Formats: sequence, C-alpha cells, structure tokens
Amino acid sequence: MSPIHDQSYRRYQGARNMSGSAWAVIAWSGIRAMLAKRAYLGLVIFSWVPFIVNAVRIYVAANYPQAGAFFGISAITFRQFLESQSVFVFFMTVWAGAGLIANDRRANALQIYLSKPLLRSEYIGGKLAVLVAFLVNVTLIPGVLLILLQIAFSGSFDFIRANAFLVPAVILGSLVQVIVASTTMLALSSLSKSSRYAALLYTGAIFFTDAVFGAVRVITGNTRMAWLSISANMGQVTDVIFRQTPKYETPWIVSLMVLLALVAVSISVLERRVRGVEVVS
Amino acid sequence: MSESVVTLDRVSVTYGKQRALRDVSAVFPKGAVGLLGPNGAGKSTMLKSLLGFVKPDSGTLNVLGLNVADKPLEVRARLGYMPESEAHIPGMNAVSLVAYCGQLSGLPKADAMQRAHEVLYYVGLGEARYRNVETYSTGMKQRIKLAQALVHDPDLLFLDEPTNGMDPKGRDEMLELIRDLAHNKGVNLILSSHLLPDVEYTCDHVVVMDKGTVATFGTIEALKGPAGRVYEVRVKGELPTFIAALKAAGLEASETDEDVMRVFVPGVPAGSGEDQQRICGVALSAGVQIRHLKPSLPTLEDVFARAIGEA
Repeated sequence: MSPIHDQSYRRYQGARNMSGSAWAVIAWSGIRAMLAKRAYLGLVIFSWVPFIVNAVRIYVAANYPQAGAFFGISAITFRQFLESQSVFVFFMTVWAGAGLIANDRRANALQIYLSKPLLRSEYIGGKLAVLVAFLVNVTLIPGVLLILLQIAFSGSFDFIRANAFLVPAVILGSLVQVIVASTTMLALSSLSKSSRYAALLYTGAIFFTDAVFGAVRVITGNTRMAWLSISANMGQVTDVIFRQTPKYETPWIVSLMVLLALVAVSISVLERRVRGVEVVS
Repeated sequence: MSESVVTLDRVSVTYGKQRALRDVSAVFPKGAVGLLGPNGAGKSTMLKSLLGFVKPDSGTLNVLGLNVADKPLEVRARLGYMPESEAHIPGMNAVSLVAYCGQLSGLPKADAMQRAHEVLYYVGLGEARYRNVETYSTGMKQRIKLAQALVHDPDLLFLDEPTNGMDPKGRDEMLELIRDLAHNKGVNLILSSHLLPDVEYTCDHVVVMDKGTVATFGTIEALKGPAGRVYEVRVKGELPTFIAALKAAGLEASETDEDVMRVFVPGVPAGSGEDQQRICGVALSAGVQIRHLKPSLPTLEDVFARAIGEA
C-alpha cells in the first residue's frame, strides 16, 4: 500500500519571489522577536505615557481656556516632547539594537544569510528597519499624532497655520534622533559577538562623550566644545529644526557635520563588518 | 563528460599574503562531486568564492551556467549552502528558522512554512522541530544546517564537511541523506570533505585539491583504476629500507595506520603472479621477510595519497 503522504524530500514547484524583499522578511522577523519579549513590550507601551500626558494637556488647553495659560501649547511643547522621548530612544536602542548583528555574528548566522539571494545592503537594511521601527514608534508617530490631536481638540487649523513648520520639524527632529541612534548602534553591534559588549559600547559612547563635554565646559567656562557630545549635537540640530535658539555655543552646522560624520563612519563600519566570510590577513 | 554545474577558469584567491587558490581551473559535472583535500587545500575558499563571499583576484566562476560575478543573486537563489562551522539564526526554533530561510530565498510565507515542516521531517528533525535550535546537539545542528540549505529546493548544494562532529550513527544517517539527495532526488551537490569514506560513499566524481591547486579530478572508478594492482603487505624487518627499495624499483608504497602497508604496482600487469614476485624480489634484496601479501581493491585513499604526493 502506498503512503498517503510522502514525507521524503520533494522538489518545489511553486512560485519564487525575486523582488529584493528579503530586508522586509528580516525586519518583520526582528520586530516580532522583540515584541515577543514581555519586558520589551512593556517598555514600548510605557514609552507612550508622555504622549498620553501631552494629549491630556492639549485637550485641557483646548477645552478649558482658563487652564490654557497654565498648559500653554506652543511649538516648544512638541520640541520638549521629542526631548523627553530621548530617554526611551536610548533604552530601546540599547535593548533592541545591541544584539541585532552581534547575535548573528556569535551564531555564525551571517554566512547563512549571505548564502541566500540577498545583498549585504538588504541584510543591513532589514536590521536597521527593526530599530528604526521601534524608534519611530516613540518619536515620529506620537509626535505627529500630538499635532493631529491639537487640530482635533481645538477644532481649527489656526495653531498649525501659525506654526506651519511644526509637521516637518517633528518629522525631521525625529529622524535625526532615529537615524543617528540606529546607525551608531548597528555599527557597534557589528563590532562584537556579544550583545552586552555592544550595549556597553553604545552606552559608553553616549555617556563618555557627554562627560568629556561636561569636563571641558567646566574647564573652559563656555559651551563651544558641545560638538564633543553626541546628545548635545542632536540637541543643537533639533533646536534649529524647531526654530529655537540652540542651547550651546557650538554652531549648529558643526553639530550637523559631526552627526553626519558619525553616520558615515557607522555605514563604513557596517560595510566592512557584514561579510559572509571573515578574512584575517 | 556530462553537463557541468560549476566551472572555474584560472581562478586565484589571495588572503593577505596567503594564496588560497592558485590559478585553479576545474569542471564539476552534474551529480554528486566530492571536493577532497587536506586542511588548508583551498576547498572552503573555493566554495566561498562560488557563493560570492570571496572575490577572486582573477579568473571566472560559473555556477549553473551563470557568472557568479555578474549574477550573484540568481546564482544564490539556486544554491543551497551548508557551512562547515556551527551556524544558525539565534533565538529561533527549527521550524521558524527553516521557514525564515525559505522566505529569505524567495519562497512565499505559506510555502516556506510547509517546506520547512517537510524538510525537517526529511532530515530527521520532525519530532524536535519546535525546539530552540540553540538547545540542539552537534548532530542535530548539522541536520538543521542541511535543512536550511534544502528548504528552497536548490539545484545545487554545497556541503562543507557535513559530518563534522557527528556520532557514527548520525554520520551514517547524514551520508544516507546526501546519497539519497544526489542519486534519487536529482539534487546536484558538491561535498567538501577530508573524510575519504564519506566522499567515496556519496559521490561519483571527485576533485582533489592540494595547496590551492587541483591535484586530480575524474570519476572515482576511473581514478581508482583496475582492481588487483594494489597489494596489502606486512613485513618483518626494516620498514624504511623496504620502502626505499620499493621506490627504487619503481613501485609506490604508503604506510597505513595499522602495520599493513599498501604497495601500488604501476603499469599494465605483466602476467599472473608477476606483481607478487616483483614485491617478493624487492623484499629479498632489502633483507626483510614478507609475512602478508594480498591483492587489494584500490580505495579513494590511494587516489588521494597519490594525488597529493603522499604515496
């Protein structure tokens, strides 16, 4: 009697997708893996608390004019919101990003990935998309939603007409944080086979540069050396995007150049480290 | 020779100052081809060059009629690669890992999942398919590497030391799978190994590499040559003197791990018993006693030893 189902190897006759969508497969898999961790999911939910607080603030200001003076909503509100989210950006970057490539390197997974029909840039893009998705979720999405809530609660476009730069500013300001954090973290993750070590490197990069700037500030008595600090550079550029006076004396263009250089170095590191074979000369 | 699946034309690969492949030209026919060679011979480098991991300094590589340099994605879509070192996607169970690899290879999600289940049953991991791969034994990890290489139904499989670290039973089962794939399922494969019995059991052709060059290639049967021209010999007396005398007489000799040595008699047999008389004559002149002299079938080990100059 023949078996009702052949469990041996069978040739595949179905469709194959060659559209370069492997990055999306990698990204989706990474996002699901992170969301499966309850503690991380808790952080994702908790990161929306400032949004809820600000949403209530906007509602109260829009509906109770007497409270408007106390809860005054302006462009600075949205700038402050992005600044308050930077702590979540940091924690999510370290938690979700440290192992993205480091774990693959530990498990020798790169040669599995790169033996499939995908480019190195697709692999990097997929990993980057995981981090970008989580960071956008705590910066860009709530930022834009707050603007929409402002319009909805006030029932007019007056505020947004008076602050037409706000939507692009929220988008740009969020992207500065997201791109700098995600590319830097991914590059550091590619340098190690240990996610803990990569997390330490990133934490060190953020706090050490801040500490150096702080020390120089105390010694010189001015803030011209703010370009030494990654977070100060992000603050400078975001201030300019939101048409605010920058906090420090370092010209914002210098801060922008430092951030661009950081992203360029990160991409270069990724290009060198993400390979199917490790060549030791 | 049958149609080829892989061709290398004057390929050179250098790592720093180390030349891993030296002007290698080779043709791999359809079916199962063994890539033999001692450690450092360039086997893995050749596979990694064919996958596009390593860019050759010079030369052309073609896989399934496609130039690797021009169409790396098309080549890799039709290839399956089982790496030598332990490798897996971290944090996944077996079925997720294999389905994920299927999707990366272009299979739709539902098809990838169905194939993952089928392939895992095929490689003998059906019952363990929901376990995290990181809890697997070495043998199971070898099987999962084979499964991820098979899930998208490649036309050509690269197997780099597939029986590494496996217990004897697991090794036999792995070799059965490889043999079945090549001989019953129509999957072409290149098996890189330094274990000659593995290659002899699963492959029809071999390419023997040594020091970054191709030492010899052909069908195993042709390379082994006619039976009866290899003799197992055990002697009492000075072995080095005897080996030197054999070599001086134009015979090839190699020691084995046991006390029995193997003597090759090149050329066409002169007549019945001629070879044996020749060996006995050499023994007599070298002052050693022959305790055992028996015709033997040439093995791949003999071919390998001769190809890399150990005979």
